[in-house]
Amino acid sequence: MDSNTQQIRTRSFAPSLSQTAIAGPSTSRSGSPAAEDPSPSPVRSFLHARGSSAGSDRAFRWLMVACALTIFAIVALIATELVMRSEMSIKKFGFGFFVHSGWDPVTGDYGALPFIYGTLLSSLVALAIAVPLSVGLAIFLTEMCPGPLRSPLAFLTELLAAIPSVVYGLWAVFVLVPILRAHVNPVLGATLGWTTLFTGPNYGIGMLAAGVILAIMILPIISSLTREVMSAVPYAQREAVLALGATRWEMIRMGVLRNARIGIVGSVILGLGRALGETMAVTMVIGNRPEIVRSLFAPGYSMASVIANEFSEASDDLYLSALVEIGLALFLVTIVVNALARLLVWAVTRGAPVRVAA
Amino acid sequence: MGVGITVKDLDAWYGTHQTLFKISLDIPANQATALIGPSGCGKSTFVRCLNRMHETNASGRVDGTVRIGAMDIYKDAAPVEIRRRVGMVFQRPNPFPTMSIYENVASGLKLNGFRNRRVLDEIVERSLKHAALWEEVKDDLRRKSGASLSGGQQQRLCIARALAVDPEVLLMDEPASALDPVSTAKIEDLIFELKSQYTIVIVTHNMQQAARVAERTGFFLSGKLVEFDVTHKIFTNPGDKRTEDYITGRFG
Repeated sequence: MDSNTQQIRTRSFAPSLSQTAIAGPSTSRSGSPAAEDPSPSPVRSFLHARGSSAGSDRAFRWLMVACALTIFAIVALIATELVMRSEMSIKKFGFGFFVHSGWDPVTGDYGALPFIYGTLLSSLVALAIAVPLSVGLAIFLTEMCPGPLRSPLAFLTELLAAIPSVVYGLWAVFVLVPILRAHVNPVLGATLGWTTLFTGPNYGIGMLAAGVILAIMILPIISSLTREVMSAVPYAQREAVLALGATRWEMIRMGVLRNARIGIVGSVILGLGRALGETMAVTMVIGNRPEIVRSLFAPGYSMASVIANEFSEASDDLYLSALVEIGLALFLVTIVVNALARLLVWAVTRGAPVRVAA
Repeated sequence: MGVGITVKDLDAWYGTHQTLFKISLDIPANQATALIGPSGCGKSTFVRCLNRMHETNASGRVDGTVRIGAMDIYKDAAPVEIRRRVGMVFQRPNPFPTMSIYENVASGLKLNGFRNRRVLDEIVERSLKHAALWEEVKDDLRRKSGASLSGGQQQRLCIARALAVDPEVLLMDEPASALDPVSTAKIEDLIFELKSQYTIVIVTHNMQQAARVAERTGFFLSGKLVEFDVTHKIFTNPGDKRTEDYITGRFG
């Protein structure tokens, strides 16, 4: 340490600089340690004059604590508000609200099950389509894309994330749904009809359309995060696998995907989060019928959609209260799904060998 | 048992930049051959041409003939086939961090679809013993990650991983340059042990290391092979003035 400062001093430390900027503040303070120094180095006296900085450090700490507390406050506020506003419905239906499948404003019969089912199923369909697609896209972009094509393609994917969801909805209504109705659904019905997932009347709009549009919407999140974690894997890992005689796919599987798997699961969780809460585009194509049907061709309803559609026309207090409770259900489902996903990550990494040192 | 390597008129490029010029040499089987030379002289590129790793770089290009045993590796076989027969150890230890010690050693075999559990256990034990690591890790084989070992242990783990597929040739690109003297000595002892069974090509910055472990030594300078001879002769009576200057420390 001492030799360092010594070196700075002896090595002609820009005299013009020391006269003006650095020496300025230190000489103005009387009684600073630099004053006793027979030959005051400008850097030393400047640093001595700074003091302990304890006050500003404490302020910084409390500022950051306040930021963290804000999050807790917001979550708590949302939860209490949702519970309070749905009190009437909670009292009338109890826990049965979450497992009952009626929805009739005329008779005052409300249950959240079809909406929970619709939200979960459409998100699941979206993941089933988007995860393989976006991991494949990420693999192509990081491992085999020719240089000049890489950034335009990455830019295009990220552009997908910037499109407003109502525009997705319009596009789905005018482009996606007709394509599904005319070309995709008949083929699915003919080949995979035996699974009973692709049967019944083919309207075009319905659970499948909602799942597909959600898949397109979450694709940029999953693929760009996956790309990031994949490109963070050191090249030495790829070389290690290649030197063992691996093909390109084996190299990607063992050297890249395996090392990036936790990050990939994380990106899938983020995508799922967006799919669960997505409202506008889903509302426009899911069909908005509160029924639980196994077939993906059938129309359904999601929690976010029913709130958006019916909030303004909720005529009595119970109706409104039931809608808010749907919001509470969405809140809970999101938390539960996230917790389960985290549990999955934990289970995956727990089996992995411990890393004692870095 | 190892096989010999015959290189004839080998040129290599990165893009338009030529890094190797008409390299020709014979590397004998079951011996250690050291390649020395200043940084950037092409010795690493040269070993990377021996298992076709050079061309994994998008701009890498090679011309000339390399025979490993009877096989012309740039004509008779695909890169993956060659790399299964020619093992490689890199400058920085690169074990797989998400795998246990056992899985690290078994990775080459598993990759190629080898599933026999009992034989796999034997091979892992034998490879770790060969790499002089067995005693240190035998209790943590499945519990500890390859990345939890010390730097020197990691490098020996990488050697064990390369040995597990029973290669005919073992290439080592400055295997000890990131290690402390104790670990370096262990790696050198290891090379001494291994060369009776494998053909070893070792790139090194450390001339004492070349003198200690290798029967033959080649001196590279600016992409050319200046001199290739018996190690003793290179270090005591070099035929070329540039070799003499380098080994006596007058440049480089």
